[in-house]
Amino acid sequence: MTKPSLFLAVCATSISFAATAATHEFKLENGLKVIVQEDHRAPVAVFQVWYRVGASYEQDGATGLSHALEHMMFKRTKTLATGEFSRLIAAHGGRENAFTTLDYTTYFQQWSADNLEYSFKLEADRMRNLELDAKEFENERKVILEERRMRTDDNPQALAGEATAAAIWQTSPYRQPVIGWAADITNLQLPDLRAWYERWYAPANATVVIVGDVDPATMRQLAERYFGPLPKLEVKPPAPRPEVPQRGEKRLQFRDEKVRVPSLSIAFKAPAMTQVGRAGPDGTKVEEWEIYALEVLAAVLDGGSSARFSRHLLRGKQLAASASASYSALSRLEDLFSLDGTPREGVSLAQLEAAMREEILEIQRQPPTAEELARVKTQVRAQTIYQQDSLFYQAMTIGALDAVGLPWQLKDRYDAAIAAVTPAQVQAAAKKYLVSERSTVAWLSSAGAAP
Amino acid sequence: MMRRLVGLLLLLVLTPASLAMAPIQRWQTANGAWVYFVPAPEVPMLDVRVVFAAGSARDGDNPGLATLTAAMLDEGTESLKADDFHAAMEATGANFGAGSGLEMASLSLRTLSEAASRDAAYALLEAVLRQPRFSAEPFARQRSLLLSGLQSEQESPGAIADHAYMRALYGQHPFGSPGAGTLASVQAISLPMVKAFYGRYFVATNARLIFVGDASRAEIERLAEQLSQAVPAGAPAPPLPVVHPQPASAQHIAFDSAQTHVLLGELGTARGDPDHFALILGNHVLGGNGVVSVLFKEVREKRGLSYSVNSHFEPLGLRGPFTASLQTRGEQQAEAVALLRREIALFVDNGPDPKALEEARQNLLGDFPLRLDGNGKILDNLTMMAFYGLPLDYLDTWRDNIKAVTLAEVRAALKRHLHPEAMTLVTVGREPPKAGTPAHP
Repeated sequence: MTKPSLFLAVCATSISFAATAATHEFKLENGLKVIVQEDHRAPVAVFQVWYRVGASYEQDGATGLSHALEHMMFKRTKTLATGEFSRLIAAHGGRENAFTTLDYTTYFQQWSADNLEYSFKLEADRMRNLELDAKEFENERKVILEERRMRTDDNPQALAGEATAAAIWQTSPYRQPVIGWAADITNLQLPDLRAWYERWYAPANATVVIVGDVDPATMRQLAERYFGPLPKLEVKPPAPRPEVPQRGEKRLQFRDEKVRVPSLSIAFKAPAMTQVGRAGPDGTKVEEWEIYALEVLAAVLDGGSSARFSRHLLRGKQLAASASASYSALSRLEDLFSLDGTPREGVSLAQLEAAMREEILEIQRQPPTAEELARVKTQVRAQTIYQQDSLFYQAMTIGALDAVGLPWQLKDRYDAAIAAVTPAQVQAAAKKYLVSERSTVAWLSSAGAAP
Repeated sequence: MMRRLVGLLLLLVLTPASLAMAPIQRWQTANGAWVYFVPAPEVPMLDVRVVFAAGSARDGDNPGLATLTAAMLDEGTESLKADDFHAAMEATGANFGAGSGLEMASLSLRTLSEAASRDAAYALLEAVLRQPRFSAEPFARQRSLLLSGLQSEQESPGAIADHAYMRALYGQHPFGSPGAGTLASVQAISLPMVKAFYGRYFVATNARLIFVGDASRAEIERLAEQLSQAVPAGAPAPPLPVVHPQPASAQHIAFDSAQTHVLLGELGTARGDPDHFALILGNHVLGGNGVVSVLFKEVREKRGLSYSVNSHFEPLGLRGPFTASLQTRGEQQAEAVALLRREIALFVDNGPDPKALEEARQNLLGDFPLRLDGNGKILDNLTMMAFYGLPLDYLDTWRDNIKAVTLAEVRAALKRHLHPEAMTLVTVGREPPKAGTPAHP
């Protein structure tokens, strides 16, 4: 019932937004925020509830709590027996699901727009009226452990990725896996879940996002009717757990006999949009333009088949079977600029790592060309238009910005901000953040193989 | 209060929302390619998909040939190397891709509809079709990438199970062959084989051109004509060999994974089967309707045996598979398989619960607008209709067809097509097979 994954996957440019028609925002007395965007192309709508809680809110020994609670949110409430919630949605042609990430937990329905009243009714109900049943939880714990086996334990890349995150972050909660460590899942207790629910599932800690064939005034009435009566509760933000400065490069070597194709990652700690104005490395501050410059950098390296990784690593030098660059700008906490690669047959991890590093050095020596930046900017403009095709994507964009504490209006400023990035800024951002003292390198190869 | 309300709501018959999609237009180009077009002016973009009956089912003695041929279409044209081709394409803001599956190979282009960008991107698509870059260096690279992908598949118990299952269902029929080939078969593919495959199957009479987006009929007529002229008229792909059902089998493949992957099923139906709608509805109750289906409730909700469990019919040009699948911790594999067998058998014997059937029907009817709520989804539906030659009113009548199916028809169709006592089982995982389950060495 969950997809703990990054959702924005358009080339390497991790954020790219739809400039659309009117977006309306309002807040209820109890603190619930509602954002409505009209799209009248088809008689359907998506309804999402975003809770500002996820794996990065959890403490050691109790990881996986947010995700386990997400599973239990599909069980019983004080007014609905187990199964009734999903049955009602299904019987009305709705699709529903939920996902948990490091930073948020999101529930959604997609259906004919005239069914939206049920979304309000059902989501308002389970926001405060969940009933956690011990027997149901014992069963769900088994399901979650199966989910963990499927997603992580039986996937050498995922297993290495999880261990890498735990090595990259020393004090940041981003070291914790969204699904939780197996032992923590096994040890979770019902009272823990109940306390977690009571603490975070409150109107003031949630945002409703609706996109589709709707009238904003009606949405407001429905929000008042169903969410309005919920109590106003104070929600304290989590205590800060900033990452301590890293003291030199970290290197990891994983061996797994199941691995047939070796791979590597080079992850540099990089600021997210939420860090703008805070302290950066060496007494500097994180500047807004740096975030956009890092976005452009990811696209210069990996924004399509004409980007540098394809041109140089896959084709030119023929060293990689795959090579990618990604940057997470929309995170609540400091996050990563990552390079991932798979060497071609006969190429060593060392060779590929050196070639990928050379790509970074090249940018640091010489800014990207005007032609490359023009390509990236055109692609970003085009993707903004393409994304208008998906209601769900539009809602995700708004919700993800809001959930990490950023104004959703950023989506409408994104194209212009990218258009303003200069080659010198891309070079400067690469010099400042893509340095080995901020990096963790992980190699994954088969047991016994020479790296 | 809420509980009473729910009961009430389930009795209501949904008034299906009207379709926002414009009518489908269809015509044929001068050299015989069928064109499908749905105008959608709301977003200034255009989707183009060119589909050929050139999937891995056409591999013949060279498994992997269709996959490798489609991959070569990412390598530019005779006059534009991949670097230059992609630079020119991406400078227009377009997304371009080529790929293949079991039955189809396709090229896809998503471009801005503004004329300069669109025409520049489109000219590149046309150039690839006219003269793809079939030369030694890109060929060696693409073959190496494919081999690397095949190696990766060997890390995945799910992929291993899928291949074994298709082989068990189809035997030596082309559908039983692994789509991307084997390490040995891909090694044996040569560039002349790719050229010959391209020459045979990437022809106008074997093509469907599908357009969705912001353009006029006159513009699409011109674009379609231009594109179909890039390839010879040729001849349609011949019919594939008839599928002969294989005897039911049970096979365990040892793999060091925490979970065992379980696939259980048999041959299902082809596109156009008269039981199509009855089976959609019946399977929706059994395992096709997410968290409210029978298998989900029995396997996951009641017993916590698997995170994901479902069943589906996959109608193809020929009989496609019916498959029920789950993944479970090795030690409880026998329990999970027995349960899966029992639930399917009970379901076929007794038929769906009438109330559950009506709820599944309401779900399908209500969900229908979500299958068409964007150009990308309309494109997928048109592709399916065009490739299988479904009637143009397939989407318009879809809901009426679902409404018309009776409980008796669903029961009869399930009994006709599902044979729980003679299903094929593939398991991949750590535990050895239990007594009574024949093992293959």
